[in-house]
Amino acid sequence: MEENGDRKLCIICSKGSLDMAYPGLVLANAALMEGIDVTMFFTFWGLDIVNKKKMNNLKATPLGNPSMGMPNVVGMLPGVTAMASSMMKKEIEKLDFPPVDEFIEMIHDAGGKLYGCRMAMDMMKLEKEDLCESVDEVIGAMEFMEMSDGAQVLFI
Amino acid sequence: MSVREIAGKTVQFDEEGFMVNPDDWSKDIAVELAQEIGIKELNEDHWKVIEFSRADFIEKGEAPTLRRITKAGGVPTKDLYKLFPKGPAKKVALVSGLGKPTGCI
Repeated sequence: MEENGDRKLCIICSKGSLDMAYPGLVLANAALMEGIDVTMFFTFWGLDIVNKKKMNNLKATPLGNPSMGMPNVVGMLPGVTAMASSMMKKEIEKLDFPPVDEFIEMIHDAGGKLYGCRMAMDMMKLEKEDLCESVDEVIGAMEFMEMSDGAQVLFI
Repeated sequence: MSVREIAGKTVQFDEEGFMVNPDDWSKDIAVELAQEIGIKELNEDHWKVIEFSRADFIEKGEAPTLRRITKAGGVPTKDLYKLFPKGPAKKVALVSGLGKPTGCI
């Protein structure tokens, strides 16, 4: 069995919708399961993924999203986004994937390092206490650059 | 595909070192396979994971995901990564005589 001893993966999560949060989480966890070192950097809307108040209420909207196949005139109706989000959450659950808060904790327990972006947090008036416990620190972009030296970087 | 002697038995392995036939497995084989991947000794916590994985495989027809080992098997994620460091999904499957894991969680 080949070892992935030195491999490092850095994932930058910049989106906060349900359909953009899960890819980062799944990839981070899969990498950890393969023995790859993982760092996640949450910036802008990605902070919602680790925001205590928002992490389990992420939404997926058909409005303005050509991939969901619903005309905007329907997508904009009250309740449609909530319904689409709830349907997506159910599908995710059926596949035995955890909800966001549990997923983040799993990644943290598996050794993944999670960081909030200082700039985005300042912009959104967030404090470290607003983020879940699994977040290690709040760091700036330059620190992230140092950390990601030699790593494969993914921007979501 | 290769065949070799391990713990006194002749066993078939695939190209990545996973046992082809879970029925060939024995505890002695588990001990040897573990040593081959750097786990010097299997303590009772290791065996708890291995035994759960094999029982779950027999019941469900597929090897459990790490999440299932945590939820249904009662082994916390942190412990799993301590017992089978750096790549527990593959290591647990290998030592338990199950095929390479294919799940994403």
